Amino acid sequence: MTDRAFGFDTLCLHAGQIPDAATGARALPIYQTTSFVFDSADHAASLFNLQTFGNVYSRISNPTVAALEERVAALEGGRAALAASTGMAAQMLALLTLCRHGDHIVAARTLYGGTYSQLATTFDQFGIGVTFVDADDPAAFRAALLPTTKALYAETIGNPQLNVCDIASLSAVAHEAGIPLVVDNTMASPFLCRPFEHGADIVIHSVTKYLGGHGTTMGGVVVESGKFPWDNGKFPQMTEPSRGYHGVRFYETFGDFGFTMKARMETMRTLGPTLAPLSAFLLLQGIETLHLRMPRHSESALAVAQHLAAHPAVEWVNYPLLPGNRYEPIARRYLPRGAGGILTFGVRGGKIGGAPAGVRFIEGVQFLSHLANIGDAKTLVIHPASTTHRQLTEDEQRAAGVTPEMIRLSIGLESLDDILWDLDQALEKSQR
Amino acid sequence: MASVDDIAGLRRILLQSRVIAVVGLSPNWYRPSYFAAKYMQEHGYRAIPVNPNASEILGETCYASIDAIPVPVDIVDCFRQADEMPDLARAAVAKGAKVFWMQLGLRNDEAARIADAAGLDVVQNRCVKIEHARLMGGLHWAGVNTGVVSAKRELVTRDRK
Repeated sequence: MTDRAFGFDTLCLHAGQIPDAATGARALPIYQTTSFVFDSADHAASLFNLQTFGNVYSRISNPTVAALEERVAALEGGRAALAASTGMAAQMLALLTLCRHGDHIVAARTLYGGTYSQLATTFDQFGIGVTFVDADDPAAFRAALLPTTKALYAETIGNPQLNVCDIASLSAVAHEAGIPLVVDNTMASPFLCRPFEHGADIVIHSVTKYLGGHGTTMGGVVVESGKFPWDNGKFPQMTEPSRGYHGVRFYETFGDFGFTMKARMETMRTLGPTLAPLSAFLLLQGIETLHLRMPRHSESALAVAQHLAAHPAVEWVNYPLLPGNRYEPIARRYLPRGAGGILTFGVRGGKIGGAPAGVRFIEGVQFLSHLANIGDAKTLVIHPASTTHRQLTEDEQRAAGVTPEMIRLSIGLESLDDILWDLDQALEKSQR
Repeated sequence: MASVDDIAGLRRILLQSRVIAVVGLSPNWYRPSYFAAKYMQEHGYRAIPVNPNASEILGETCYASIDAIPVPVDIVDCFRQADEMPDLARAAVAKGAKVFWMQLGLRNDEAARIADAAGLDVVQNRCVKIEHARLMGGLHWAGVNTGVVSAKRELVTRDRK
């Protein structure tokens, strides 16, 4: 007999949460507690020795947070997951479980700016080196490998350049080197792409974005596939007795979820960027409709991209599934159900009266929200050159893929006609 | 030959069994076999060590072989090398055990055939502790994808103690 393989939509609603043993509550209880009582001194000892599974302290695990962890693991087709306070924290926990002082990472140059800063600045302080390479060139990743390299890092869809990652090719490079491929799947969500199916080993999410989906709550998740051979000699921290956890050998003891256990019991326990139970509850409310929202985000974004491409006040449009886009062939392979809600475009016209056309456009929108986030249920709009990237010179902005006329849209779930109307009237104002 | 590998089958085995002979149980607290046996003890099972090099582990007398155990055994749970599995399967059959369980990382088709032919349930390449925790215990709390989708109230076997 084999177990039923439940569909993605069912998992969005059920994975990781069966009715509470004590009360039968159907909705997920919010376990707003820091700590959990022990049955006895021996039970406490077993918990601390990891001989039994249970909750001790909410920095390490919490039943409400666990429901989110298992649900994202299930949606990604992974073995286990660890939630964190933000996507940035999740990525840090994953990479610091893989790397120590003196180790090295090869990463895509197009990584989200916050990620780039974390790796280039903070990890540099830790003595972990990072080489940034052309995201579209697996050979460049291979050429940058060092004996100390412990991970490749890329994003399914880059932000804001909207480059689509050839996950299978990067996975081949990583596995040839005996190291895991880590993929940030925030922009696609597991509805549009499941990186494990293409050979990724660890997936990171900012749950804040499409998984949560409503712009209310910060959160992050690390998911492991359960398939990486941690005993290949490159990761003694997984196979040798742990200094941080009194001699436990994580891979031998926990097998295909040993990486998650190590990330939880050592990296999370000692660094502490824990997700709050209430946040986990709110994020799970969002995930229950992920399968309904993602098609709409993607369909509306494609329609907006097509509309803008034909608009006289628009110089160019960048959306992976727009016919003629340089990433269209690879997007059709990795994102067959849609390319998500994010697109960028250039507003025609330079500075008029001191304000660039992009700024005039932003000031002209009525209900599109001007803010620095993506993946909300509401449509969001930002002019990166005057906001997120304003501290850079124009040359530095161009190097980061940000041009003065660029607008980034995160298309929401409003009536498509209304989104197009607001864009059109703001574009009209931008040209005056 | 049928190994038990589905949720319903594994849950049935774990609910019907009480006494586990743990072959190759280590006296060292940080070894996986010790983790598993201690966990099973805490969840209402009796874990009897089969280890000729120790006298007592986890409060239970050690026996040198399966046939030396003086009480009936439900599960023979093996933490030994794969090539020892056929002999252990024969010993499990002779003992009258109901389940021959090969731990995570262990597969042996010959042993499975021997046990299956005698009517025993066979489990291969799974950890008894992880499966119990996955289906009836706290593995969910460790963020593991248990594969359980259900609107029935959670089973808690700790109460069996």
